[in-house]
Amino acid sequence: MAVMTYREALNLALREEMKRDDRVFVIGEEVGLYEGAYKVTQGLLKEFGPRRIVDTPIAESGFTGVGIGAAMVGLRPVVEMMTFNFALLALDQIVNSAAKMNYMSGGQYHVPIVIRGPGGPAHQLAAQHSQSMEVYFYHVPGLKVVRPSTPADAKGLLKAAIRDDNPVIFIESETLYNIKGEVPEDPEFVIPLGQAAVRREGADVTVIAYMGMMYRAMEAAEELAKDGISVEIVDPRTLQPLDAATILASVRKTHRAVVVEAGAGFAGMGSELSAVITEQAFDDLDAPVERVTGVPAPMPYARNLERAKTPSKERIIEAVRRVTYANGNRSH
Amino acid sequence: MAQRTATAQQKAPATAEITPEIARGLYNDMVLIRRFEEKAAEAYALGKIGGFLHLYIGEEAVAVGATSVMRPDDYAIAAYREHGHCLAKGSDPRRAMAELYGRIDGLSKGKGGSMHLFDKTTNFLGGHAIVGAHLPLAAGAAFAIKYRGGDQVVACYFGDGAVPEGEFHEAMNLAALWKLPVIFICENNRYAMGTSLERALAETEIWKFGRAYNMPCEAVDGMDVLAIREVVAKAVARARADGTPSLIEARTYRFRGHSMRDPAGAVYRTKDEVEREKLRDPIALFRERALKARWLSENDLREIEKAVNDLIDEAVAFADASPEPPASELLTDIFKDADGGEKSGS
Repeated sequence: MAVMTYREALNLALREEMKRDDRVFVIGEEVGLYEGAYKVTQGLLKEFGPRRIVDTPIAESGFTGVGIGAAMVGLRPVVEMMTFNFALLALDQIVNSAAKMNYMSGGQYHVPIVIRGPGGPAHQLAAQHSQSMEVYFYHVPGLKVVRPSTPADAKGLLKAAIRDDNPVIFIESETLYNIKGEVPEDPEFVIPLGQAAVRREGADVTVIAYMGMMYRAMEAAEELAKDGISVEIVDPRTLQPLDAATILASVRKTHRAVVVEAGAGFAGMGSELSAVITEQAFDDLDAPVERVTGVPAPMPYARNLERAKTPSKERIIEAVRRVTYANGNRSH
Repeated sequence: MAQRTATAQQKAPATAEITPEIARGLYNDMVLIRRFEEKAAEAYALGKIGGFLHLYIGEEAVAVGATSVMRPDDYAIAAYREHGHCLAKGSDPRRAMAELYGRIDGLSKGKGGSMHLFDKTTNFLGGHAIVGAHLPLAAGAAFAIKYRGGDQVVACYFGDGAVPEGEFHEAMNLAALWKLPVIFICENNRYAMGTSLERALAETEIWKFGRAYNMPCEAVDGMDVLAIREVVAKAVARARADGTPSLIEARTYRFRGHSMRDPAGAVYRTKDEVEREKLRDPIALFRERALKARWLSENDLREIEKAVNDLIDEAVAFADASPEPPASELLTDIFKDADGGEKSGS
């Protein structure tokens, strides 16, 4: 184990996988000479050279398509989106080419590609650079979608994504690049896609959250513990495929669930998780599933409005109190 | 003797004189595509084929001429009017027809249909139905060739309708910038669905876009299979030598409508125009030429036609007899199984 930042963990995963497999290469804007807009690819150009660390012009659809075409004939590209907002320019390539190639070719051409970069709410980057992007991808059959919350997950899941034979959408976060954590140095440390993690054990309520919202939920749990409410926090880590089993096991234990997501709530991850829990654990529930979601507005720039846009610790606490009937309005 | 697949794929250097064997291959493949498409149209009318069906009739010389100067291990990729390119690359017409029928013995197990023929055994990278989207994919396959230090090339076919798309320009720029061995072959049939060139492009001389990207480029008569061979052969030689991509504008014409839902293609072009273009039928032109040059006799040509007719009849019977995909196929191939992955470099 070594303590390193989320950014360093991603960098290490890339280096290890590139050393392990010559078919792996990195392609994207500013990944080489500039060493990455967020420095995730720092030092890689020096170590692996321009054949495998490929700087592109600003042409998201073009270079994503290049990655997909290269993957069809056997390479394993890691495409960096400088921020995931730019992936919208490549949405057709991701949805209509990468996700469907194996199916519409009857299994002849699979697409082992990772498309990675930061997404989700950031700090005062305003409407076009600060939004939850996973919703655009997990709806599409044929894509896997990963949201790694910790440095160890960043490393282990990125390695799994690179070794996966399918297109994997891997969305990091600007706000997490500097967080530190213990990360296994074993180059064979890989976290299989589709496994949720229980971040905090508890007995009274299950809170499901990932990325920045997971950390906010942890703070809420600390505070609720003072009032004697024991919160279990489950981090899905992979949204597609979803580890429903771990989530349901937790809900069957606590009988209550709160889903937190940074994105606007309508037809979001919270809706899906609520449906999964309600359909499969209805008889175990002692309260309706609560959703704590972002406000359905574009991300504002002003700091106070920005703070109001994403779920706060207070809103998570209120929701937990509601489902545990601990807000004084209803008796247990 | 019925040939199982197309035959014209490179057997002699492209620059070599036309031999009876080459002429036989070219004629065979163009007739093969023509008959395949005619039978597909009949099957569509009978309700055996559904969805969209885009016929290549009139444009056969482009795919056949280009493929004939490439190696079997070269790649080809096309848009949704791709039956001809797939057959020219050597796919079994029976399996191609079965795909159109949506049957389990189809190239894509019936999951792709007319617009999504793929054949890994011939390095055919598929038919793609979002206009312009497969141009970056072609550049990607070429990127992989270069990455591995190979000398294959990629033939990328698309219509004039792809030229106003951003991806045409992104792919051209990247291929030229990185010297990726792609032969961009624009099959200019003058209409993107019902929109004529003049209504779509500020520059209607499509080959000139190559200049903007510092790429060798030229226009060629898309109805003359030998002219196409010559132009594409030069482009292939450049691409093999050092990765230089090219843009070739093959001026052609589709004799049928945009799809079977536009059978006459009569609203946006005149009957006179269509009839005039039909006088330049690439198959008739080459037939005449082959006779005149004595590459092939009338008897040879009839033999080829007979063999192709038999083969296509067999393809239709094969498709008709093939079962529909079992219900289990609905949920297979969405993801590639973890244990089915390629374990080493290929």
